[in-house]
Amino acid sequence: MSSEWPLWEVFIRGQHGLNHRHVGSLHAPDAEMAVNNARDVYTRRNEGVSIWVVRSSDITASTPSEKGPLFEPSNSKVYRHPTFFDVPEEVGHM
Amino acid sequence: MYAQMVKTDGARVRSLDEMDPVERAFQERIDAGQKIEPKEWMPEGYRKTLVRQISQHAHSEIVGQLPEGNWITRAPTLERKAILLAKVQDEAGHGLYLYCAAETLGVSRDEMYEQLHSGKAKYSSIFNYPTLSWADIGAVGWLVDGAAIMNQVPLQRCSYGPYARALVRICKEESFHQRQGFDILMNMVKGTPAQKALVQDALNRWWWPSLMMFGPSDDASVHSAQSMAWKIKQNSNDELRQKFVDQTVPQAEYLGLTVPDPDLKWNEEKGGYDFGEPDWSEFFAVIAGNGPCNAERLDARKKAWNDGEWFRDGLVAHAEKARSRRQASRIAAE
Ligand SMILES: [Fe+2]
Ligand SMILES: [Fe+2]
Ligand SMILES: [Fe+2]
Repeated sequence: MSSEWPLWEVFIRGQHGLNHRHVGSLHAPDAEMAVNNARDVYTRRNEGVSIWVVRSSDITASTPSEKGPLFEPSNSKVYRHPTFFDVPEEVGHM
Repeated sequence: MYAQMVKTDGARVRSLDEMDPVERAFQERIDAGQKIEPKEWMPEGYRKTLVRQISQHAHSEIVGQLPEGNWITRAPTLERKAILLAKVQDEAGHGLYLYCAAETLGVSRDEMYEQLHSGKAKYSSIFNYPTLSWADIGAVGWLVDGAAIMNQVPLQRCSYGPYARALVRICKEESFHQRQGFDILMNMVKGTPAQKALVQDALNRWWWPSLMMFGPSDDASVHSAQSMAWKIKQNSNDELRQKFVDQTVPQAEYLGLTVPDPDLKWNEEKGGYDFGEPDWSEFFAVIAGNGPCNAERLDARKKAWNDGEWFRDGLVAHAEKARSRRQASRIAAE
C-alpha cells in the first residue's frame, strides 16, 4: 500500500480583478501536480484565470472556540463604521 | 438516494432540555440555520453520521462512472462521445469534492477507499444495474441524474458547511447531465421503431430502480428524524419520490413512452400522481451486494485502483526526488 498523497487547499481567481478564493482541496504528490489536478477538478467550466495551491498542513488557522476573545476588540469599536456619525441633512452628501 | 439509509447511532431524537449545555448550544445554532464548520465542536453522532453520508455519496459518484463509462467507446457520434466523456468526468469531480468534504471530519481518503474496496461502505443501489443499450445512457441521465438532483438541491442548505458547499458546485453541474440524457432520448424516439423500442425498454428497466434510489419510506425512521433535526436531511424519502414522479411522468409522456406502472394515475385531489410500490425485496438484495452488477462494479473499481498503484508510486518518487534535489541545491548555495 503506497502512502497517501498530501492534501492541498485550492484557491482560484475567478476573473481578472478579483481575489483568489478558496474553492476546496485535493490530493496530489507535489505542487505542480496539485495545480494540474486543480485545473481538472475545479475549473472545468472556465471558473478561473489563476490557481494557487498550498499544502493544507502549512495553513495556520484561528481556533473556533476562541472566536469570542479573538474578535472582541473590533466589536467594541463601533465608531469605525461611518454610520456611527450623524451628518445633518443640510451638510449634504458626505 | 446517493446515500441510502444512513444510520445515526442514537435510539431517538432528544429534546433541547435533555441535552448538556454544549450540545444544546450546537443544536440551537443548527435550528437558527447556522453552518457548522470543520474544527468546531460537534456531537460525535453528528460527525459519524456525516462521514457515513458524505463518503457514501462520494462512493456513488465514483462507482456511478462505471455504467456510463461502458458506453464512452460505443457512443454513436463523436459529439455524443465528447459529451458523455465530459459528463463522466464531472462525476469524478463530484466524487472528489465530496471526499474532501468528508476528510474535514477527520477520516482519511485511504480509509474511505479501503471501506469502498472491502465492501464495508455502501454506494447507491442504482449503479448495480447494467447499461445494455445506448438508450440506457439517455435513461441514466434523465432518470438517475434527475433523481439525484431532487435529492441534492435541498441538501445544498444542509448544516455542515463543507458538504453544503460541495453540493452547490455539484448542483451547478447536474442540470447538464440530465439534459444530455433527455436529449439522447428525444433523438431516439424520433428515429426508427426499433430505436423507439430501445428507449421504451430502457425506461422499463430503469423506472423502478430509479424510484428505489430514494430509499424505503422513512416516516417512522429514528435515523431520518435525527438527520432532519441535524439538518443533514431535508425531506422524507416519500416526499422526494412523489416530487420525482410528478416531474418525470409528463416528460415520459412527451417522449411518447409508457411508464411501466399499472397503478400510475393522476390524483386531482392531492395534485400529484398515485403510483405503485417498488419491489423492496429487490432493493434490499441489491444493497446487500446481490444486484446484477455489484461484483462487476467493485471488481472494476478495485482493478482501477490496483492497476494505478505503480503510477501513483511513480509520481510520489518523482516528487520526492525533486524535493531532495531542491534541498541539495539550496544547501550548496548557502
Ligand atoms: Fe454527480
Ligand atoms: Fe450522478
Ligand atoms: Fe450527474
